[in-house]
Amino acid sequence: MKKTLFDKVWDAHVVKELEDKQQVLYIDKHLIHEVTSPQAFNELEQRGIPIFRPKQIVATADHNTPTIDQHLPVKDEMSRNQLNQLSENCSKNDITLYKLGHKYNGIAHVMSPELGITQPGMTMVCGDSHTSTHGAFGTIAFGIGTSQVAQVFASQCLLLQKPKSLRISVNGKLKPGVLPKDVILYIIAKLGTNSGTGYFCEYAGSVFEDMSMEGRMTVCNMSIEMGARGGMIAPDQTTFDYIKGREFAPQGEEFDEKVAYWKTLPSDEGAVFDQEYFFDAEDIEPMITYGTNPGMGIKINESIPSEDNVSFEKSLAYMDFEKGQTLIDQKINYVFIGSCTNGRIEDFRAAATYIKGKTKADHVTAWFVPGSQQVAKQIESEGLKEIFEEAGFKLRQPGCSACLAMNDDKIPEGEYCVSTSNRNFEGRQGQGARTILASPLVAAATAINGKIIDITKQLD
Amino acid sequence: MDKFTKLTSSAIPLEIENIDTDQIIPARFLKATDKKGFGENLFRDWCYHKDGSVNKEFPLNDNRFSGTILVAGDNFGCGSSREHAAWAVHGYGFKVVVSSFFADIFKGNALNNGVLPVQVSPEFLQELFEEIKNNPNSSLEVDLEAQKITILSSQKSESFEIDSYKKTCLINGYDDIDFLVSVKDEVEAFEKARVQ
Repeated sequence: MKKTLFDKVWDAHVVKELEDKQQVLYIDKHLIHEVTSPQAFNELEQRGIPIFRPKQIVATADHNTPTIDQHLPVKDEMSRNQLNQLSENCSKNDITLYKLGHKYNGIAHVMSPELGITQPGMTMVCGDSHTSTHGAFGTIAFGIGTSQVAQVFASQCLLLQKPKSLRISVNGKLKPGVLPKDVILYIIAKLGTNSGTGYFCEYAGSVFEDMSMEGRMTVCNMSIEMGARGGMIAPDQTTFDYIKGREFAPQGEEFDEKVAYWKTLPSDEGAVFDQEYFFDAEDIEPMITYGTNPGMGIKINESIPSEDNVSFEKSLAYMDFEKGQTLIDQKINYVFIGSCTNGRIEDFRAAATYIKGKTKADHVTAWFVPGSQQVAKQIESEGLKEIFEEAGFKLRQPGCSACLAMNDDKIPEGEYCVSTSNRNFEGRQGQGARTILASPLVAAATAINGKIIDITKQLD
Repeated sequence: MDKFTKLTSSAIPLEIENIDTDQIIPARFLKATDKKGFGENLFRDWCYHKDGSVNKEFPLNDNRFSGTILVAGDNFGCGSSREHAAWAVHGYGFKVVVSSFFADIFKGNALNNGVLPVQVSPEFLQELFEEIKNNPNSSLEVDLEAQKITILSSQKSESFEIDSYKKTCLINGYDDIDFLVSVKDEVEAFEKARVQ
């Protein structure tokens, strides 16, 4: 039978099949962080169950960490307690932890790929819905709840029903200034926030084949925003080149053997998907969102659509936007560049390309937050830090930061923030904050101009 | 985990679509290291005005409505994987959430905490909203064994899906950990046999 990429990886991890389509799925790598793990550690301790495979777990501190003065004790008591608990749990159970200040610390979904932990053909989970990011490598990676974190701790397995398969193909050539973020925002705007629920999605076509690994991660990262548990892209030479030589990647002969296996993973020609969608690259423009879910997106120079629906109207009222309104020239006071969606070096390069030689608008507060210590180092070594500083921007230290505003990086009530993160939910970036999702290029342009501009006019 | 077989209760209507996990429990309340206390902050930013005063118009604060069943708009629980959302729903006292569509992760998290997600047709959901609005004391019966939800006053009912494994777990109050630990030998055999 012809198999999809997803089938091949999934089927290779089924330990046991039960009645009623339940399967015991083996998990290769488990990433954990401070927010969704403590209750799982407690659960096991209370039941007297040991951690089954501690060497397959990697921990990082990311959600609840400050982005300034990381060398000082964390001020907020509850956050400090949560971070201490992670450290204690990891040392007690012999789990590798990249804690605050460690050279490998960073957002789980930035840290793991850049260290070569994420590899094609693996199954990976983390108590975080953006675990879908790792699918960029041809990995089955998905977010889990804390009960499931405890299950993986106890058995390195999960009890699941195999999701249905979905393929989204985008062919053609992207226009200048259209970044991977625009591609995924466009797809979600077209398909809606629950179109992927119950499915695992494969992204295919020339657009993804031509995309860098970091771009692929941005796309797969937001799979959950259309409801899909995960997204995947077939591993190819771009994937292998990215992994080669990374800290925890296989080396020498072992690497070659792995590559030979990875090459067998792409979907077989003629494999059947439960659902398919097709888009043309030429139709995609730089995107922004205007509402309170990631499906409420438009091309940057389009007007907000008109829908007669209570939830739609509630959403516009929250954003203080009107039906039919354009967002061009909308004054913006806050800009956030970072997160597991767009906190990698290419994102900062894209921002720097626009910013170089320009000056930040006076009224804009901009937070540039690298996704990891390694990204921060690279920003410095590539000279991007100087470009940002000359323009009036200050770099923060790594973490999830204003993407979910668990730390002090909160957007004030009523303020708009053009953000490279993944969710524009009500209050996501702080109580009453209004989030507009965009690419790093659009975010950088907003920070310089102090308002949303039609970036397409500057691209030719 | 709490056992669940059958429940008769009035319901609280929340006629909003795409209710995400950030609304169910905002991120600033995720700093606890146990599962307690999340119920107090369920729908926090809808329950309270920005000045901290109670939003009396919000259905959870509306004296007309009460009960252990939450009836919510389409695509309930989208967004993050935070199980804190399920703990908040459970902690507040809800045993059942009814909607025409649930996000995957929330659904799994709810089931792992003894909260039953009941997916009904959009038409039946509308009927439920109308019924509760017109008659806030109207009782609904949720029968897990029969997989049926009924508006008792009119006897209108609809059946709902749940996979039989999860159904058994809920009825008996089991969770997956016991099962997974019990197949450890097979997991070890699988690890040894892998050729990757």
